[in-house]
Amino acid sequence: MTTPPVLRDDEVEVSHPHGQPGSHDNSPQVWLLRILSALVVPAVLGLFFFTFGFLQDPDTNKIVQIVVAIIVGVGGVWLLFWAMDRLVSLLPERAGAGVRPFVFAGPALILLGFYLVYPTIDTIITSLRDRSGETFVGLDNYVLIFTQGPYLEALRNSFVWAVIVPVACVVLGLAVATLADLLPRKTESTFKSLIFLPMAVSFVGASVVFTFIYNFRPEGFGAQIGLLNAIVSAFGGSPVDWLRMPVWNNLFLMVILIWTQTGFAMVILSSAIKGVPDDLLEAARIDGANEWQVFRRITVPTIASTIVVVWTTILITTWKVYDIVAVMTGGRDGTSVVAERMVTEFFTFENDGVGAALAVVLLVLVTPILVINIRRFREQEATR
Amino acid sequence: MTTVAERPVVKTKAPKDPHDSFSVARSPVYLACAVIAVIWVIPALGLMISSFRTPSDIRGSGWWTVFGSLFDAGSWTLENYATVLDQGFSNSFANSLAVTIPAVVIPITVAAFAAYAFAWMDFPGRTVLFAVVVGLMVVPLQMTLIPILRIYTDLGITGTFPGVWLAHTGFGLPLAVYLLRNYMGSLPSSLIESAEIDGADHFKIFTRLIIPLSMPVLAAFATLQFLWVWNDYLVALVFLGVANPDSTVLTVDLAALKGRGEGALSLMPAGAMVSMILPLVVFFALQKFFVRGLTAGSVKG
Repeated sequence: MTTPPVLRDDEVEVSHPHGQPGSHDNSPQVWLLRILSALVVPAVLGLFFFTFGFLQDPDTNKIVQIVVAIIVGVGGVWLLFWAMDRLVSLLPERAGAGVRPFVFAGPALILLGFYLVYPTIDTIITSLRDRSGETFVGLDNYVLIFTQGPYLEALRNSFVWAVIVPVACVVLGLAVATLADLLPRKTESTFKSLIFLPMAVSFVGASVVFTFIYNFRPEGFGAQIGLLNAIVSAFGGSPVDWLRMPVWNNLFLMVILIWTQTGFAMVILSSAIKGVPDDLLEAARIDGANEWQVFRRITVPTIASTIVVVWTTILITTWKVYDIVAVMTGGRDGTSVVAERMVTEFFTFENDGVGAALAVVLLVLVTPILVINIRRFREQEATR
Repeated sequence: MTTVAERPVVKTKAPKDPHDSFSVARSPVYLACAVIAVIWVIPALGLMISSFRTPSDIRGSGWWTVFGSLFDAGSWTLENYATVLDQGFSNSFANSLAVTIPAVVIPITVAAFAAYAFAWMDFPGRTVLFAVVVGLMVVPLQMTLIPILRIYTDLGITGTFPGVWLAHTGFGLPLAVYLLRNYMGSLPSSLIESAEIDGADHFKIFTRLIIPLSMPVLAAFATLQFLWVWNDYLVALVFLGVANPDSTVLTVDLAALKGRGEGALSLMPAGAMVSMILPLVVFFALQKFFVRGLTAGSVKG
C-alpha cells in the first residue's frame, strides 16, 4: 500500500483509477477553464477579505471581528471549494473531468505562485539593483556584502551560530536522551517534558525569559536582578554587562536558541535511541563492551541518520534566526546576524538591494541542506 | 523515527521494563538528570515567579529571594497581569487568536484539496507541479517579505488580518501539500475505488473518506502551523506592523515591551506568560501531535 513519495510518469495509469477520458484533453478551451477555475478560490477569498472593511476597522467589536474572521476564514474556504466543484459538475462530463483537478489543486498553486515563486524571483532581481531598485548594478551588492565591515560581521556571526548552536543542541540532546532512557518510565516522561517545554515558547518570549538571566546593573545601582550577575556578585565579582561584552555576547544569545532547540533534538533522538534493537546492545555487552563503548560504537552509529536530520534542521533554524537578536540587542555591539541584518537593511536603512542580496545569501545557504533533508525524508518514506 | 507523522513509535523494550525499579547503582544518572532539569527549568521558573511579584519587588530584588518569604501573602500579586492586559495585551491576545486560527485552517483546507488532487487525480503537469511544490520548501520566509509588502502596500492591505492569513497560508503550503499528499497517497486505492463504485464523486470521496482518514497528519500539521503562527514575530511585524496598535499580536507587543527596557521590567514577566499560555496548553494537551508535527517540519525551510 505504499505509494512512492515522488510521482513517476509511468505511475499515472496504474495507481490512478480516476484517469477518466478527458483529463488529458488539452484543447485551449479546457485550459482556459482550468486556469479560471484555479483562480476563482484565491480571487474570491482576496476580494471577500479585503472588501470587508469592518474586518480591519478598529471600531468594530473585537469579538465580532474575530468570530466573523474565523467563520469566513474557515467555513468560507470550504464553501468556495464546494461551489466550484458544483460549478464544474455542470460542465459536460469530459470537460468536467479535465477541469476538476484544477479546482482542487489550482488554488494552492496560485497562492504558491503569488507568495513564494514571484517574490523569490523579484528578490533575486532586486538584489542586482541599487538601494531604491532603480538602477541595475550587477553584483555590486554582493561585493559589498563580502567586503564591508558590518556585513562581514553579520556573515561571520551567522557562521559561528551555525557551527555552535546545532552541535550544542545535538550533543546536549543526545546526552539528555541517553540519560532519560535510564530513568523509570514516569520520571523519564516528566523529565523529557521539562526539557522539551521551551520548544513551545516563542523566540520573543524566550528572549524575555533570558532578560532575567542576563540583566545588568552597574555596581551601586541597586541589587542585581539578573541571575548570572547575582551569582557573580555573590562570589564577590563585579557585575558584567553580558549582552555588551564583545564577542562573548554572541554566545549568550546563542544560549537562548540552544535552550529552546535542545528539547527538539532530545525528543527525536530519544525515539531513535529506543529503536536501537536490544539484542544488538546485549551482544556488545556480552562481548565485554562497557556502557560508553556500547553508546559510542553501537547506539551512535545506528542512529547516525537521525542525528544528521536533527543537526540540519536546527542548522536551518539557526541561519534564519531573527527574533532573538532583534529583541535582545538589535544587532548592536557586534551581534548582528544575516537574517537580522537583512531586515535592518530593508526597514531601517531602506537599502533594498543589499537586503535582497542578504536574503539570496540565506537562500543559497539553506538550499543544499534542505535538499539533503527532503531526499532523506523521501528515502525513509520509500522504505516504509 | 524521523518525520513520519503517522507511524507509531516502535517499542522494542520487553513488557517488563527493568528501568522501573529503583537502583542505587543508577543514582549518578538521577543526579545528572536532576541537575539538567533544574538548569533547564530555572529560566522559565524565574519568569513565572516574577510575574506574580509586586512591581517594586521585581525591580528591587532577584526573583529567587522569594524563597525567603514564600508564604507572605503581601509579596504575591496579580497586579502585573491586570496591568499588561489593560495595556493592550488582552487586545493583542484576541488579535493573535484572530491571526492564528484562520492562518492554520486556510492552509490546511487549501493544501488538503491540492494533496488529494496530486494523490488521486490525473491531470497534465501533475508530476512537474508537485516537484515544484516540494522544491518551494527551500525558500526562506525572508526572501518573500519585500515583494509581498510592496504589493500589499499598493493594494492598501498592509495591517489587515486577511493579508497575514494569506501570507501564512502561502508560507505553510509547500510543507502541508507535501505531507498531506504523501499521507493520502499511501491510503489503499481499493478504498477509493469501492467508494467510486458506490457512486461517490471526488468531492464526496474527499470529504467523507479521505479527510477523516487523514486526521493524524492533519492534526500534526495543525499543531505545527499553530505554533509557527502564534510564535511568529517577523511576519506579524512586517505585515501587521506596529503602526496600528489595535492590530498588533502578542509577540509584537511583547517585543515592544522588551524594547522599553528597565522601565517595563515589571511588566515583562506577566506579558511573556500571557503570550505563552496557549502554546503551553497545546503543548501539554496535544504533545503527541506536537512531536509528530515538529518531526515532520524538519523538511521546511
